[in-house]
Amino acid sequence: MERLFYFIYQYRAFFTFVVLEVFCFWLVVENNAYQGAKFFNSSNTVVASLNNFSQSIRDYFLLRDVNTTLAEENAILRRQVEQNNQRVQAFDTLALRDSSLIKRFDFVSAKVVNNHVDQFKNFITINKGRDAGIEAGMAVISPLGVVGKVKLVSNHYGVVTSLLHIDLMVSAVLKRTGHYGSVQWDGHDPGVVKFKYIPRHVNPMVGDSVVTSGFNAIFPEGVMIGTIIDKKLDNEALSYDLSVRLSQDFRKLSYVTIVRSELKQEVDSLEQVVNAMER
Amino acid sequence: MSRGAIFQVIAFFVYLFYQVLILQNVVLFHTAFCFLYILYLLLLPVETNPLILMGIGFLMGFAVDMFYESIGLHAFACVLIMYVRNYWLSSMTPQGGYDSNSTPSMALGGFQWFVIYSLPLVFLHHTILFFMEAGGFRMFWFTLWKIITSTFFTMLVILIAQFLFPSRRR
Repeated sequence: MERLFYFIYQYRAFFTFVVLEVFCFWLVVENNAYQGAKFFNSSNTVVASLNNFSQSIRDYFLLRDVNTTLAEENAILRRQVEQNNQRVQAFDTLALRDSSLIKRFDFVSAKVVNNHVDQFKNFITINKGRDAGIEAGMAVISPLGVVGKVKLVSNHYGVVTSLLHIDLMVSAVLKRTGHYGSVQWDGHDPGVVKFKYIPRHVNPMVGDSVVTSGFNAIFPEGVMIGTIIDKKLDNEALSYDLSVRLSQDFRKLSYVTIVRSELKQEVDSLEQVVNAMER
Repeated sequence: MSRGAIFQVIAFFVYLFYQVLILQNVVLFHTAFCFLYILYLLLLPVETNPLILMGIGFLMGFAVDMFYESIGLHAFACVLIMYVRNYWLSSMTPQGGYDSNSTPSMALGGFQWFVIYSLPLVFLHHTILFFMEAGGFRMFWFTLWKIITSTFFTMLVILIAQFLFPSRRR
């Protein structure tokens, strides 16, 4: 026994090394799981407030873009309101009475505190958290397109898995033909993602829009993702290799909108019941 | 606490904040990263106990990780280079050996010696970091390209920092 202790003492550097490395590795693995280490991330107050400071400086360089986007979005929204008003006046009796359908999605605006685009697994920190009713799993969009999915929240901050994360897949649809597929980033260019599983018989064209499908109850249907800029079809491949230029430039992300799906729980529980019945 | 220790603590935070507030935004062509904070770890005094070295490496890596939203990655890479560092240093002792309390900087062994000392450690750190982040060898060549460009960028900034602020002997 004494010799064992002596042995450990003699190689204490090596053993500390092993212990620390195993611990780090465990943290990495834990963090890659869907909801990782709850405290040690950029949503804790000290880190987030520092990032806040850093972002407030960066914001000045983004002001011009943010203004343009907001103005354009305002115009679009105003047009939609006007169209809706006219419709309500024209067919008042046919107006939707089902409040659950009208209030299907709720939107919360948040400011980006920290944003990465150059790593393989990018995350965005936002300045709204549990206090604003944000929960893990909610969709995050911007006026221009899809941004990501909330990974975890603290009281005042949230961490969003960016669409630029090599493990995140978003169900999408080819707008022109209506075929479903998945959008996933390949880790190379932060402006381009891959659109997968579009079968051979479809004929996607360069310039086609790709939008979210309504298949997951997280993202609202029809949120823009981007346009196809390149298509390839290998002789043996079952599906196309499509590159999609993202409509939202992630490098210029400043404000995002979190989508609270009011019906998500209902859809999920219904699906669970169906799954249980099938089994 | 001695003056040297206090100085080291201050330097720790200077390097950390410089990394996470400024260099975090500096990525060339979406491939070349600059991790200047490694310089702090490389410049710890020669005769520091390896246990303390690894402890400091872990703390530094962990703090950087919190900002980069990649818990464990930087810590892993830092602990590794801190473990290797002393063996590497002792295998390339300059003529006459090290003085007590000397820092392995350019002032100690000259430009060439410093590059030979730091380049492999920086490369090792980046290799571990990027391959672990990519989650394996799925994107081998692209990851390798990232590693090489980042190593050059980091080394360049490290050398510039060494010329700008030549470290005095403490």
